[in-house]
This record gives sequence, structure tokens and C-alpha cells, in this order.
Amino acid sequence: MTGTVQQADYNFAYLDEQTKRMIRRALLKALAVPGYQVPFASREMPMPYGWGTGGVQVTASVLTPQDRLKVIDQGADDTTNAVSIRRFFEATAGVATTTRTAEATVIQTRHRIPETPLRDDQILVYQVPIPEPLRFLEPRESETRKMHALQEYGLMHVKLYEDIARHGHIATSYAYPVKVEGHYVMDPSPIPKFDNPKLSDCPAIQLFGAGREQRIYALPPHTKVVSLDFEDHPFEASRADHPCSLCGATDTYLDEVITDDAGGRMFICSDTDHCEARRARGHRGKDAA
Amino acid sequence: MYVAVKGGERAIENAHAWLAEDRRGDPSVAEVSVAQIREQMTLAVHRVMAEGSLYDPDLAALAIKQSRGDLIEAIFLIRAYRTTLPRFGASRPVETGAMDCDRRISATFKDLPGGQVLGPTFDYTHRLLDFRLAAEGGTPESAVSQQVAAAGQMPRVSDFLNREGLIEPAGEGEATPPDLTREPLAMPADRALRLQALARADEGFTLSLAYSTQRGYARNHAFVGELRIGRVAVEMDIPELGFAIGIGEITLTECETVNQFTGSRTEPPQFTRGYGLVFGQSERKAISMALVDRALRWEELGEDNEGAPAQDAEFVLYHADNIQATGFLEHIKLPHYVDFQSELELIRRLRAEAMQATRQEAAE
Repeated sequence: MTGTVQQADYNFAYLDEQTKRMIRRALLKALAVPGYQVPFASREMPMPYGWGTGGVQVTASVLTPQDRLKVIDQGADDTTNAVSIRRFFEATAGVATTTRTAEATVIQTRHRIPETPLRDDQILVYQVPIPEPLRFLEPRESETRKMHALQEYGLMHVKLYEDIARHGHIATSYAYPVKVEGHYVMDPSPIPKFDNPKLSDCPAIQLFGAGREQRIYALPPHTKVVSLDFEDHPFEASRADHPCSLCGATDTYLDEVITDDAGGRMFICSDTDHCEARRARGHRGKDAA
Repeated sequence: MYVAVKGGERAIENAHAWLAEDRRGDPSVAEVSVAQIREQMTLAVHRVMAEGSLYDPDLAALAIKQSRGDLIEAIFLIRAYRTTLPRFGASRPVETGAMDCDRRISATFKDLPGGQVLGPTFDYTHRLLDFRLAAEGGTPESAVSQQVAAAGQMPRVSDFLNREGLIEPAGEGEATPPDLTREPLAMPADRALRLQALARADEGFTLSLAYSTQRGYARNHAFVGELRIGRVAVEMDIPELGFAIGIGEITLTECETVNQFTGSRTEPPQFTRGYGLVFGQSERKAISMALVDRALRWEELGEDNEGAPAQDAEFVLYHADNIQATGFLEHIKLPHYVDFQSELELIRRLRAEAMQATRQEAAE
């Protein structure tokens, strides 16, 4: 409950070495077969399922004492759960932490990819709630595994087509499905589709952990990742059509903040580190102090 | 804003402090001790041990105290603690036939060797609030000791039926059953794995599924052949010694149901079995487990798939764990404003287009 975990009470980064070895094996397999969901014996962690237990187990397994860890939730380092996970690793692994994307060697994220381009000496760990992109079309795991094996993705294309027929657009705005190296259809976790292009040809290692669903998958560096679309309805990364009120950026993903009860609102960068760095360099938006 | 920049850390600290204060309640009322919970909230302790998959009454009582009586939260504490424990071996299978029974009843035979033993049951109490307990008056008189047959003197009801060939033989499983806590759950799940999942499944979920079979969703006509509660010895082979030694004693509840079965394309008419085994004293859970176990066996017995929830192993096993369920359910209170923002953009765009189309139609 309130108890803080002390480093001495537990193994480095909480998990025992046998468990880490099991997870690393799953990670290696996942990297060898990009986009394939590898089952792994997820452990019960001291935070609830749904709070990022998959990401936490992956981070715990790749972390070394020399690493510098950044944790974000919704793009921000200071959201309550990001604070909680960062503290967990400070206590159990004693690693250095940072809020600067450029300084981090391991970044655990929920729902965003940082705006600052990643490098080849960085690992991005995603927290994944439902790893199966076909889950809401077919609830049975036994079926969806077969569909992936046979690349039977017609159902997904029909769903996207029906969206266009009914709404004129593909009505998926986050967790937008992608195809990895021309084979597996993969759920990129609930990142906004604005972030999808960053998945492809990324120099960093991207690891995805789904604790409750006991699945790990991965994108090795420079993997080709294509968002599903149609020739006449090409994929489009969308964002709110405003500049950031604080730093003036026009190319970042924005949060909408309600400022009063009369329709007042402002748009600010969801990536707090990126926004702060821009302001430090002298960029100003209309509401900047 | 609860995610106010740089506010998260302090907010968490304050929330924890408030939680600790609320847990203690009014400080003028004496604090409840772990031993009191262990001794007087025994059935809660048993449930936490069963669904936490860890037999330790002291830790379960501590978890209940820490969780302010929220049993799923207590189960979660135990599960998280369990993760950190090294595994140094496996016991021999416990011999429930040699159970030192406190309670043993059969609903299928009026009398039987070893007798019917009611034990400490709520069954025939009248559910009237006992205001003497509110007065906290002393210790109850000790029960007149009933002649309970010695351990090993209570043969199983299913064995009587087995002797006549009226009940299906209990199938032999793999010598080493799969371990749900060390291997990811994979479908199709064999019976050993299903039983393992059911043994730690949420009591309420298991109860409701079992109840649904009684009401006709894959009805399987269950009789409680036997229900027994008591202590069994846990023995472990010690390789250095070359023999097994007793390492302790645990309380278990075991239920074997005898289910009517008129035969199928592949099986002759005979009674069939459902099985439930749970840590501690929990008849509701053990009986529920036996009914759900039986319902899940439709395929091997050549029964029809009625499409009932209790027959669907994927449905049952993927949704029976309350720690998984409560985590995923409650996580929707975490910030989702990135995804929500993208939905806002989409809805605004779809609405703008729809409105424009309507205006155009009106104009034409």
C-alpha cells in the first residue's frame, strides 16, 4: 500500500534472474520475428494489471545499473502513474532517471512516442493493454493466432472498408493497426495515429509488453512498419489543428485543456519534455508566460 | 487538474497518507491485530489464501488488515508477494482420501462408512443477527466432541460407485501437471490446467457460472457425492534423503460431484464427475468449481456444445481471475486523454461533415 519497496529487499529491478531470463528469451524471439506476439509467463507485479505490468516487466529485464530511465504516460513525465513507475525503478534498481528524451537510454511509455527522434542506443518500451489487433473482430485467442499464422487479415480490411463506407473515413484514431515487414498485423498500443509514422524505420529498439495478456512483441531497429490503408484512402496522421499555446509548435501532438466552463480551451504539447525544451530555446506560444 | 505538471509526486504522497489514516479509522477504537483477523475472520483469510494461491494464514490476515477488508485487494497483495518467492521444489500430490476431516457430508447416500459429519457449518443456522455478539460476551462453550472417524477411515463415495462401474473412472493426468503461474495460459487447456485456473478463480465469478449451469445453461444434473473439509499432510521428496518428509499441514475443501449422464455418441450411460479443490474452508467455491469443471468437460464426453458460457473454456479461463479483471477494469480511470483527444478530433470531423451534408440537402 504505502510501503516503499527498498532495493536491498529485492533483486535488482525487482524480478528474480530466472524470470528475467525467461522474459529476455521472449524478447529475443520477438525481435527475431518482428510483430509476432510471443506468449510469456507474465508475473504478478506489485502494481495492478492495466497499470503497465507488461512494460514494467520488460523494462526490468532490459535495465542495467548504467541505464538512465525515462517514464512517460500520455507523453508526460509527471502523470501520476509515470511518477509511480519511475519511483518503483528508482527504489528497486537504483538507476538514474531523467525526463529528457535525449538523455534516456531506456524509455517506458504509455500511449505516446516521444516527439524527439530516437537514437540507436535507446530502447522504447511500450505498455500494451490488448496486444491483439484482431481482438475486437474475433474474441477467441485460438482463432486470432490462426489468422496471424495464415495472414488471414481480410476481416480487418473489411472493417476498415466499412468505416469508410459509413463515415467516409477510417474511424480508428488510436491503436491504429500496422503491418510489420509485410507480414504480421500489429497493434501499436493505444498511441494516437499521429505517432504511427514514427514506428517505421526507427533506429531505436521498440519493445511491447502486455502483462495481463501475457504477450511480448517487438520491432527491431529500422523495421518497416506500414499503417493499414487503401490506395484511394491513404493513411493520414492527424492532430488538433492548432499551434501549441505554450511553445508554438505546429508539428506536435496536442492535449486539449479546458480552461473554464464557457468553452474556453487551450492546446498544449502532450510531450512535456519536448515542449519545455522548445521553450528553453526561446520558442513561445500565445499563452506562454 | 490531477495530472498538473509537477503535482503528481506530491499528490501520490498525500493520497497514501490519507489512505493510511482511513485504514486505521477512529484511533480511540482499539486497533485490530493480525492474529485477531487470522483467528476470527478465518473464512476471509481462507478466501485470500485460495485466490492468492499462497497458503499462509498470517500473511493473508496481514493483507486483509492492510487492504481495509477489501478481499480482492488483499488477494492482490498476496499474489504480488508470491511473485518474489523462490520456488525450491514441488510437494507430492496431497492425499485427500487420508484427510483428517472436520466435515464430511454426502448428498447421495443417507449413511456411509465414516458417517455424515456436519462440522462447523452455517447450513442449519437461522440467519438471525445475534446481538449477543455485539455485546462481545466471552467465549462460546466448546462443542460436545463428536465421534469423528479417524483420518483414513472415510472412504470416498465415488469409490463405492466406481466399484460397480457406475461412474466413469477418474482419468490419469500427466505425471507433472502444467503450472499456470510459470507458463502462459495456452488454449486448448487440459483438465489439470482448467482445474488449476478454477482453484484460484474469483469465487463470485465461479459461483455465478455454476449457478448458470443449474438454471439450464449447460445443465449437468450435479449431486454432491461428497464434500469434505479437513487437514491433509503436505509431503515433499528430499533428494538427499531419498524419501518424503512431511513439511506441514493445510486445510482443504474438496467436492466431488456425481453427475447424471445418459450417454453420448462416444460414451456409455454412466455417472460422470466434477471436481473442486480449494485452500481453506470454502464449500461455496469448491462446489461451484466442481460444477464448472463438469460443464467444461463437454467435449471429452461427447456432449453437445450448447454455446453456454460455462462450456466455453476460453471464456471461463480468460475471465475468471479477479486480479486480472479488476486491474483491467479499473485501469480505465487512469489518464486516457491522448486517445480521447484523437477521438475528439475524429468525432468533430465526422460531425462537421455530417452537418455540412445536411445543410446541403436542405439547400437543394
